[in-house]
Amino acid sequence: MHNRAFLSVSKTYCMFKSGVTRTEKQEKKVADLDAFRAEVREWLEANCPASMREPVRGFEDIYMGGRKPEVRHPDQPLWCQRMAQRGWTVPHWPAEYGGAGLDRDRVKVLRQEMDRINARSPLESFGISMLGPALLEFGSEAQKREHLPPIARGEIRWCQGYSEPNAGSDLASLQTRAEDCGDHYRINGQKIWTSYADKADWIFCLVRTDSSGSKHEGISFILFDMASEGVSTRPIRLISGASPFCETFFDNVRAWKKDLVGEPGKGWSIAKYLLTHEREMISAFGTAPRQSLGDAALAHFGRDAQGRLASPVLRTEIARYQLDSLAFSATMERVGDEVKAGQGLGAASSIFKYYGTELNKRRHELNLAVDGESALGWSGEIYDGGVVCRDWLRSKGNSIEGGTSEIQLNIIAKRVLGLPD
Amino acid sequence: MALVLTEEQQMLRESARGLLASRAGVSHLRALRDAADSLGFEPAVWDDIVAMGWPGIAIAEDCGGLGYGHVGLGVVLEEAGRHLSPTPLQSAVLIGASALDRLATTAQRQALLPAVVAGERRLALALQEGAHHAPENTASPARREGRGWRLSGSKRLVLGAPGATDFLVIARSDGQPGDRSGLSAFLVPADAPGLQVEPRSLVDSGPAGALRYADLQLGDEALLGSPGGAWQGLETALDIANIGLAAELLGLSTEAFERTVAYLRERKQFGRPIGSFQGLQHRAAELYAELELARSLVLKALQAIDAGDPQLSLLASSCKAKLCEVAQRATNEAIQMHGGIGMTDEFDIGFFIKRARLVQHCFGDYNYHLDRYARLSGF
Repeated sequence: MHNRAFLSVSKTYCMFKSGVTRTEKQEKKVADLDAFRAEVREWLEANCPASMREPVRGFEDIYMGGRKPEVRHPDQPLWCQRMAQRGWTVPHWPAEYGGAGLDRDRVKVLRQEMDRINARSPLESFGISMLGPALLEFGSEAQKREHLPPIARGEIRWCQGYSEPNAGSDLASLQTRAEDCGDHYRINGQKIWTSYADKADWIFCLVRTDSSGSKHEGISFILFDMASEGVSTRPIRLISGASPFCETFFDNVRAWKKDLVGEPGKGWSIAKYLLTHEREMISAFGTAPRQSLGDAALAHFGRDAQGRLASPVLRTEIARYQLDSLAFSATMERVGDEVKAGQGLGAASSIFKYYGTELNKRRHELNLAVDGESALGWSGEIYDGGVVCRDWLRSKGNSIEGGTSEIQLNIIAKRVLGLPD
Repeated sequence: MALVLTEEQQMLRESARGLLASRAGVSHLRALRDAADSLGFEPAVWDDIVAMGWPGIAIAEDCGGLGYGHVGLGVVLEEAGRHLSPTPLQSAVLIGASALDRLATTAQRQALLPAVVAGERRLALALQEGAHHAPENTASPARREGRGWRLSGSKRLVLGAPGATDFLVIARSDGQPGDRSGLSAFLVPADAPGLQVEPRSLVDSGPAGALRYADLQLGDEALLGSPGGAWQGLETALDIANIGLAAELLGLSTEAFERTVAYLRERKQFGRPIGSFQGLQHRAAELYAELELARSLVLKALQAIDAGDPQLSLLASSCKAKLCEVAQRATNEAIQMHGGIGMTDEFDIGFFIKRARLVQHCFGDYNYHLDRYARLSGF
């Protein structure tokens, strides 16, 4: 009987051991969080403009800041400025770099309170989602102090110089050269698929400072101003009609040595670290959309005599999609909780990138199936500017950008499953 | 609630793995099958399981259980799936005890469950009548007779029938097949006069049977809960059963997958390990991602039982449907990637695909639960 005793005794033991002190601690924590919530709620009520309590209409409606920001509504910079003063554009960053130094629980409270009044995100940018985390991990103190606060305030907009015409999935074979010229590097070469390069103020860029070793060695991670002499950009028109990506050319561009992050030739590990952040950002597209596909389909097809959606094959496809979407969201939640509990899943970002983007493509295909002819409209008010159709086409890029689905599967096979080369 | 196992639940997993791997693993299942054992499990193993307290994990303390919750039971069932352990954990604990727990009155629960927790009574649920799971279509009648009841009919796919001490029989006391109201639950001792228990040989070589009964006379105390009012308790018991079976499928699929990946690493063709071929690598990686998604849904559904989540049915169907899909893919890929040796009886992987299909079928397969999930989602 001792094993049965193990189960019940250990249960009592845990309750006993953690008993009084844990409870007091927990109570204090809850009280602190409640006080913080009240403070946030009051501040948001007083400071969030009414116009910023409405959902964004499409991607262009998101405020990205910069020297010459694209402003759709005059309240956007105001809202950004007010939030930045509290450090709440990047609430989890340390205060000395423009954040508010909030822990996970407080960040969650802030998000919940913003959601409660439908407050828009005040600022979104590659500086926040990608360069920031990389600088916090690998940057020098001087680099953090110089570059992070302007990101937090929305003053400088960044772009990412990674892919090249001959270095896509095989990113490490990049050829953009950086020659050592004493206090600076001279950069020559070409990047492609640079998101918003034509609108960005600075670039974080992978360059080759040494070509003598293996392809993963000799890569450096460097920052420079896009207004520098010798930088030019050319937007690429996509199948969706939009031009979010550019070709970017460097012709004897000067980049200061103080702006090289980490050690020369050791940029590949920073690049990989950053890619995991990019993957997580892109895979968030896989979470369930607000409007249910089932409801949308019912509006078109109605119900059969048993009350089921009267298009049985479509019904099955929608159910399958929603089921996978539910499982995907649960997995994001589980991995988040596991990380908090000090466990965590290997190569999680590759699973999320692969599955999230494939799910997103399925959802857009289902949008077409549900909306029929309406989804094929390209322009004009009757088709709402062709938004369903253009978003569907744009989604095809999700499983290519930031590392293709096939690259993610390679990573899972080799790093998690230990399958040989 | 955080979507992770607590330290204590992880310890429970380790102790379950220890016992089941050493005492009730795949070789044990093979031995029972080869001996054509009619009971389908080893009584000494059951005694060990009872000593561990597992039959009472999810039973409330006022009924003699540990009140530890279904996440704990799910952890044990996942390990039972991993080792294909031939024990009454599914039939008597997950299904039989849950059904009694949800169908009986408080007084009946307190009177009957302590003997279930102590392993002295093993209940088997007798529900299915046709080839497919369709509980509301139950037709076999229960008629009032004086102060008692008279039951006639037949049941199939009664899991654990050969070793059951009692059957929990679902019968129609009112209404028409297809109606949710009018179903009643009865507790029938295995040795009741007029009850015939026929063993049936199914693909997983586990102990299942069929019941035949004509003019089976029962006293009023055999009725569990209220006459004609079994549906609500039955539906919850079936949701719990399906979530627990999904946990078993998760363990079974994970084990089949890990055995397959190990084989991909060691098997050589064309002078290199077949696991170096990208065609196989990508299929394995996709399956790995699917298994991770499946794991999240199982844990979420197990937590929903203990939390009394109003969305329990939706989560139960999503969880069972997903696990049916993933288990089918994992076991099919296991056979294919093992090649010829996977087709041999001598090699163990075949036991996994056999058990998987039986568990997938029980209480609603992929088609049933995907349809139910859509219906509960409003379309």
